[in-house]
Amino acid sequence: MSQQPILEIKDLHVNYVTEDATVQAVNGIDLTIHSGESLGLVGETGAGKTTTCLSIMQLVPDPPGLITAGKILFKGEDMIYNTDKRNEEIRGNGISMIFQDPMTALNPVMTVGEQLSEVVRAHQKVSKAEAKRKVIEALEVVGVKGDRYDDYPHQFSGGMKQRVVITMALLCRPELLIADEPTTALDVTIQAQVLELIKKLQREMGTSLLLITHDLGVVAETCDRVAIMYAGEIVEHGTVEEVFRDTRHPYTQGLFDSIPKMTGPCHRLTPIEGLPPDPADLPRGCCFHPRCRYCMDRCRTEKPEARGEGHIVKCHRAWKGEMT
Amino acid sequence: MSALLEVRALSRYFKVATGVLHAVDDVSFRIEAGKTLGIVGESGCGKSTLGRTMLRLQEPTAGRIFFDGMDITAFSREEMRQMRRYMQIIFQDPYASLDPRLTIAQSIEEPLKVFFPKMSERERRERIESLMELVGLSRRDLNAYPHEFDGGRRQRVVIARALAAEPRFVVCDEPVSALDVSVQAQILNLMMDLQERLHLTYVFISHDLSVVRHISDHVGVMYLGQLVEYADKETLFRAPAHPYTQALLSAIPSVDLDARRERVLLRGEIGSPIDPKPGCRFAPRCGYACPACSAGDVALEQIGSEHYVACTRCGAPS
Repeated sequence: MSQQPILEIKDLHVNYVTEDATVQAVNGIDLTIHSGESLGLVGETGAGKTTTCLSIMQLVPDPPGLITAGKILFKGEDMIYNTDKRNEEIRGNGISMIFQDPMTALNPVMTVGEQLSEVVRAHQKVSKAEAKRKVIEALEVVGVKGDRYDDYPHQFSGGMKQRVVITMALLCRPELLIADEPTTALDVTIQAQVLELIKKLQREMGTSLLLITHDLGVVAETCDRVAIMYAGEIVEHGTVEEVFRDTRHPYTQGLFDSIPKMTGPCHRLTPIEGLPPDPADLPRGCCFHPRCRYCMDRCRTEKPEARGEGHIVKCHRAWKGEMT
Repeated sequence: MSALLEVRALSRYFKVATGVLHAVDDVSFRIEAGKTLGIVGESGCGKSTLGRTMLRLQEPTAGRIFFDGMDITAFSREEMRQMRRYMQIIFQDPYASLDPRLTIAQSIEEPLKVFFPKMSERERRERIESLMELVGLSRRDLNAYPHEFDGGRRQRVVIARALAAEPRFVVCDEPVSALDVSVQAQILNLMMDLQERLHLTYVFISHDLSVVRHISDHVGVMYLGQLVEYADKETLFRAPAHPYTQALLSAIPSVDLDARRERVLLRGEIGSPIDPKPGCRFAPRCGYACPACSAGDVALEQIGSEHYVACTRCGAPS
């Protein structure tokens, strides 16, 4: 742990400000990713997962997006105070991102090869022929035959397109790969292939991974650590072992209870009652208290602090009697 | 045994520029009243087309559909229109299946007007309110518009509208796939409660095996238009016989850290359903493929009391 983390986020706040309302998308999150580590960021629609990623990349649309507080340190450099030019250098070489929908990440009127070569030439000073050689080499690594260099994106299936996007993200050998729901649009058998590929590349290249997903199963199979996000906050954070075996936060517990299991008898599911809060009008106290079955008076008025060593939980009840 | 719905050798082909697309090919099964048949498969395997063809929302190319003992394939347009009251469908996207310009009450009212033209305004109003209560919506929402609702509550409206016609049979085409897990669990519970209260029969189409395992009594696995395995739920998940079913089950990422198992990683991707060659359609991706697999079509064979599989190895996993 003495090593400097590759990414460190401290007390990040991001708002979207419109005339009608201020949407508090990210509310004071802390995250650390060490070199070679993979972290899963889990949450439901609107939890602020994608805004967190876009903040790291410094790609939050402004306006209306506004980072109001916090630090995002990539190898010690604060992305927020970097010049745009410097951040452009980091994006691609230092950090790459894969999006959910491979079709919108590719240009439909350029061949796959041209697009990938463009990426190489934007970041490295190489000849066209050299770039092409590198691209074909990289495509073969992810299991796309080199002779598809001149094909257009529409000639690829969903799984193949996502492989192309992964190639694009990895061409410059980034130190951190951010994957935002990379397999959500894919079928399970193809998802298994793509996850296997991401794990293999991560192992071989030593890339750190920030994987955004709503699927706890994907996290269990892919990540070392996991952070559970709710209403713009990280409510529980720890190694996969800690969070899955010793689930502390009622929201995390609720997520596990909501998933139909693949083994054992089919009990009636225990959903989390109610709906996620409106990020333009967050509840006082704990953000989860209106849906929490263990809600106490204190939860309604007082925001719980993130507590714990390694395994961190933001809940008054989780630490009751154990701390202080 | 009384089957509420039975399909025999049902096929649905589409003519496309490059040939004939076999979306559904020679599928047969029966569903008993009050039960749920889950249909699983990956995108493009024909499961949605099967759902629609069952209701004759798309005309079958070949085969017969029996509903409550009647051959509805022979029904006229008008007879079919009357029949639809008993056979409803719920789609995946609750955003696309509601008219954005109609209030919730107006959306639920539409089928009442169509199927119960003699109902008075007051009766209709009462019926709408009781339907909303049935699916867990508040009376306050009567005059709300769909855009004011999140996905879960929209799907409740869609369910209420489907139930307005008092159906006996509902095809549910990926009804919870667009929802977050916590909301998905609410809708699954609702659907199971309604089935019990109203004695509904479901065909539940989904790509999510854990959801299908949760809600179904029997499960059919489709691959490129064909039913490759059919069994009662326990058998299918405990002892899958078809190599495709085995691969599908092993590909699901599990949240159970102790249940890590050897993964059957499939080679390649799903083939083309256009003018498929004779023989097993899964053979090009199958780890056990042998010459016999591509020699001729492989029929569904019974290997257990309620277990059918279409595989030359006849489901004897080594």
